[in-house]
Amino acid sequence: MSTVKMLSYIKRDSPVHRLNGVTKLITFLAWTVVCMLSYDTRVLLTAMVFSLIIFKLAKIHLNEVGFILIFICFFLLLNDAAIYIFSPEEGVKIYGARHLIFQISDRYTVTQEQLFYLFNVTLKYLTVVPIALLFLLTTDPSEFAASLTGIRVPYKISYAVSITLRYIADIQTDFHNISQAQQARGVDLSKKTSLKKRISGIAIIAVPLIFSSLDRIDLISNAMDLRGFGKKEKRTWYSARPFQKADYCVITAVVILSIIGLLITFLDGQRFFNPFIS
Amino acid sequence: MQNPIIDFSNFSFQYRAQSNPTLIDINLKINSGEKIIIAGPSGSGKSTLGYCINGLIPHFYKGNISGNLWIEGQNAANLKIFDISKFVGTVLQDSDGQFVAQTVGDDIAFALENDAIDQKEMISRVEKTSRLVDIHTHLGSTPKELSGGQKQRVSLAGVLIDQVNILLFDEPLANLDPATGRYAMELIDDLAKNTGATVIIIEHRLEDVLWRPMDRIVLMGEGRIVADTTPDKILTSGLLGKFGIREPLYVTALKYAGIKITEEMHPSDVSLMNMDTITKPLQHWYEQTVENESNLSSNSVLSFSDVCFSYSAERVVLDNISFKICEGEMTAIVGKNGAGKSTLCKLICGFEKPDKGTIALFGKDMSHVSIRERADCVGLVMQNPNQMISQVMIRDEVGLGLKLRDIPQKEISERVEDTLRICGLYPYRNWPISALSYGQKKRVTIASILVMEPQIILLDEPTAGQDLRHYTEIMEFLQMLQKRGKTILLITHDMHLILEYTQRAIVLADGKLICDNHPAKVLTDDRVIKLANLKETSLFSLAKNAAISDPFEFVKKFISFDREARQTCQQ
Repeated sequence: MSTVKMLSYIKRDSPVHRLNGVTKLITFLAWTVVCMLSYDTRVLLTAMVFSLIIFKLAKIHLNEVGFILIFICFFLLLNDAAIYIFSPEEGVKIYGARHLIFQISDRYTVTQEQLFYLFNVTLKYLTVVPIALLFLLTTDPSEFAASLTGIRVPYKISYAVSITLRYIADIQTDFHNISQAQQARGVDLSKKTSLKKRISGIAIIAVPLIFSSLDRIDLISNAMDLRGFGKKEKRTWYSARPFQKADYCVITAVVILSIIGLLITFLDGQRFFNPFIS
Repeated sequence: MQNPIIDFSNFSFQYRAQSNPTLIDINLKINSGEKIIIAGPSGSGKSTLGYCINGLIPHFYKGNISGNLWIEGQNAANLKIFDISKFVGTVLQDSDGQFVAQTVGDDIAFALENDAIDQKEMISRVEKTSRLVDIHTHLGSTPKELSGGQKQRVSLAGVLIDQVNILLFDEPLANLDPATGRYAMELIDDLAKNTGATVIIIEHRLEDVLWRPMDRIVLMGEGRIVADTTPDKILTSGLLGKFGIREPLYVTALKYAGIKITEEMHPSDVSLMNMDTITKPLQHWYEQTVENESNLSSNSVLSFSDVCFSYSAERVVLDNISFKICEGEMTAIVGKNGAGKSTLCKLICGFEKPDKGTIALFGKDMSHVSIRERADCVGLVMQNPNQMISQVMIRDEVGLGLKLRDIPQKEISERVEDTLRICGLYPYRNWPISALSYGQKKRVTIASILVMEPQIILLDEPTAGQDLRHYTEIMEFLQMLQKRGKTILLITHDMHLILEYTQRAIVLADGKLICDNHPAKVLTDDRVIKLANLKETSLFSLAKNAAISDPFEFVKKFISFDREARQTCQQ
């Protein structure tokens, strides 16, 4: 349960919190696009420095996201290991040079190029993850739907997203309670039992969870109908924030920086910054 | 004579999936500013009547309509649900489910947002409306941070913001603790006075609704209106029992004392009742009646000693709890929402571990016994049967716990059949669960616990949302299990249940055990009532008004007399 809490909005007063949800969404999307497209070490390093500064500005403390960071780092290492196992000479292919450091076996060589490639992949994630986290932690969920509508997502869809956010916590509590009660009846999900038993155990928990969630959906759709949801083409938002000067500045800066980042990345004809062949 | 604000004439409705009409030939006029109760057992059509008023029929639930319904002079057949929502505001039973948005402010503004009202105007209207129901200090709170009563106030504000003329409440008291329920009725009454709105309350808890004066009661039975009259008249009519509505306890007490209730006594309000012809016979009954002491064993089956528990360092959920439950007792755990009742259950089942203190079952310390092993002596029945049922067939559902314990198939069949017989489900053993009623589903979940032969059965709100017939069915069944030697522990908000069935009540308030005593003592103790959001039983007020020397004794005698009376009634 605590993991979910870590991924939800933290109320605080900071320059980042004060920004409009649309601004944060645009920043997040632009950031992700640039960092996913680019393998240019210079661009990625700059982006990472920026993301750390923004993190500081948002007054989010490391221990509030510690668990999730460890979790992500673990997957990053796993990812790096997998890349190495399946393609130990990927870097050599990309950079067109080969500086051997040492050799483990015929297939598994350790080259400067491969290490540099893995470093870039890791860097990529380390620049995107803090921004994604910040977006989740500093955007008020009730403003989130308003933000989506701000970028022309139909309001019925954005409200559906917002309602999902609202009910995740409830469904989690349900899941927790149901799973405990079914464990008392003898469902065993621990590693001691066979895979087959574990799967059937999950079904015994999932079925009641689905049915009680369906009850909820029925109720909520009635409640929304009774208060006129979907009546008009347009809809206003109580917690929408008007665009402020800071928002315009941030969006302009993000657009300019993204263009610069992409230009640097692609000007030399490929996505990779190559220090091995000058 | 003014024009009625709601006018049903020869109105009938049949759901598309059903073979018989749910509403038959309804003729009902409701005038502007009236306060009406619509009462009736489950299946009487009272909720369906509500759906017709708020437009869910025919917008959401399809079916055949004949006859006419006029709302504010307009033919409902020509109105869209959105049009109706402009003059009928509905507050649903489950105020948690009705909470659509993320925060109080957003939720109150929901209807305005859908109307595409300008943000500035929205903010000022939300501010004004939230003051009306006294929730303006919580506009930024999320539903999790609110109590049941506060959530209900948010629901109310959410419909009041549209300046509706008709307020429709669907079982507003079902999820509230007794004191909050009382407060809700006061709030509804004050709002009606201040805004002139028409109030329609669908509810079967008559005694609680009558906490504030109501104009009329419409009694429904099998799809028809069987009575449409003043509360005083209906209490003297004898119709309530016939149609499965519980009469107020003090009325029952008067009947036991052989007093004929008349309209002139003004029986709808115990505090204003004319006592002239009541006092003497009631005192006489009090002196005549002898209390039957029930004998209970003193074998402790469950004991808590100095148990402390908290989820986080900031808030202690249970603080030094000690008590003992004896074999064959039926005990209630009561207290307001968030007092720690559910956590107490979790500790008993081993879902959570105490921070301090010991929990013992049959004298054995449970700290190192797993959830699964504990389940052999304690079974937990959750509140909503849909939260437990995972199989399609009744037989499989009841046998699930045994199957998971790798008990041979032959033994499973035998034990399942025995259990189904005890639970009165044997005739349905090969039915799919989906074909059962809510009360029967509840029985299936109890059976699926019972089959594992636990000594103690723990039930979370076993009768929540049930009408009198289902309530009686479930409680009589539990009492039968109790007579077979099972120990029963239940969490409940229902003060009637405590008085009628339990031997003891354990009262929790803010994590502390503040009282552990006979139900009559609990429900007559001012301090406990206040701390735990309970409410004084009307019997107590009646006894005081009749100048009975020891009102507590009176309540005790009533309980004993009532239990015997109901028993002879059954035999």
